[in-house]
Amino acid sequence: MPPVHNVIIIGSGPAGLTAALYSARANLQPLLIEGLEAGGQLMLTTMVENYPGFRDGIMGPELMADMRAQAERFGTTIVQGNVTAVDVCASPISVRTADAEYVTRTLILATGASARLLGLPSERTLMGRGVSTCATCDGYFFRGHDIAVVGGGDSAMEEAIFLTKFASKVTVIHRRDVLRASKIMQDKARANAKIAWLLDSEVDEIRDGGRGEVTAIVVRNNKTAEKTEVPVAGVFVAIGHTPNTALVRGQLEMNSNGYIITHDGSKTSVPGVFACGDVQDHIYRQAITAAGSGCMAAIDAEHYLENIPEHLASVPSQLGIRN
Amino acid sequence: MMAGDKAQTATDKVQTFTDGNFDETVLKSGGPVLVDFWAEWCGPCKRIAPMIDALAGEYNGKITIGKLNVDENPSVAFKYQVKGIPTLLLFKDGQVVESVVGVAQKDYLKSVIDKHI
Repeated sequence: MPPVHNVIIIGSGPAGLTAALYSARANLQPLLIEGLEAGGQLMLTTMVENYPGFRDGIMGPELMADMRAQAERFGTTIVQGNVTAVDVCASPISVRTADAEYVTRTLILATGASARLLGLPSERTLMGRGVSTCATCDGYFFRGHDIAVVGGGDSAMEEAIFLTKFASKVTVIHRRDVLRASKIMQDKARANAKIAWLLDSEVDEIRDGGRGEVTAIVVRNNKTAEKTEVPVAGVFVAIGHTPNTALVRGQLEMNSNGYIITHDGSKTSVPGVFACGDVQDHIYRQAITAAGSGCMAAIDAEHYLENIPEHLASVPSQLGIRN
Repeated sequence: MMAGDKAQTATDKVQTFTDGNFDETVLKSGGPVLVDFWAEWCGPCKRIAPMIDALAGEYNGKITIGKLNVDENPSVAFKYQVKGIPTLLLFKDGQVVESVVGVAQKDYLKSVIDKHI
């Protein structure tokens, strides 16, 4: 059997890296597997203005690079790669990637959430051909064009504002007449003359799948059912996220939307398995709350290891548990 | 994990493509060429960079692998209608034979490449 780790953390956003920082400082020598979307959602943002301590703001990718370096400084081992299977009922818990298998006494799930898509037939074929979920990546390609942003939350507002740097006009499409975004973001967006609004509206179709490029969207008004064709060269989808819980489906208690249910801090339905960040939070979803819950998961894992049931503690240790 | 070490030794096997050398190095290449369209501001592009390095090592001698910075080389990106990055295009005999948009898993990319060698 491979060496038994004290703590394995899956995910490398603010939750995972904070869990790594705290468990490393508790001498647990954590192993962190970063996942396909290394660095998490902040890697796709620009300026983060609401992370305390950075009074002039900090760029999302820069914040993540710093968190990562801080976790490594105290002895976190970071592994590139994506976890393909987890068995939380095994003792010790097993975690597999494409290249290796690991075993561990405790597992911290910080797999976050990924961007949701509209689910339209042409959406996938036109991904990278005018459809995008990353304004910071792809805004550049739409210099001087009209584009659309779908969504009414903070991310949608941020993308719309960012995209006005490139596009001649940005139309925000939201299915309700009230935006979900915070007031400060709404005000910023509404004050921007390049942003137009199509509220109470949904995207019915993205054209033109046959030509392999975005030429227009068909928008349906939810109140009148009237359809309008809006010529655009790009569509940026910012309609929220779905939790990345496929790995543990059927193994841990989840709510109807697939979020892991936690109790008494970061505990899941299986002892020794903890969850933090967006994978267990559909309400707050902030970098700071993710980091805070990562800290909780590390402390919960440390307490669990201190009081580990005897039959599990007898598994030979690679690193030793701090006394 | 040795992925980091592997990536380091493979970095010199990743070519740099430009608007200037694209015809010569990609379109007129004797074998298949994988082109990674990327830019400095693109987080997901940075995520896949170590994987591109590793693939360049693993496929050394079988296919050519290289990167094209879309910011510095807009003509090629425009010609192939790249409007989202990362985009990976596999060229064979001057034609695009495969296109992968977004962050892909290494195993998937290998299966795509293996179809053409």
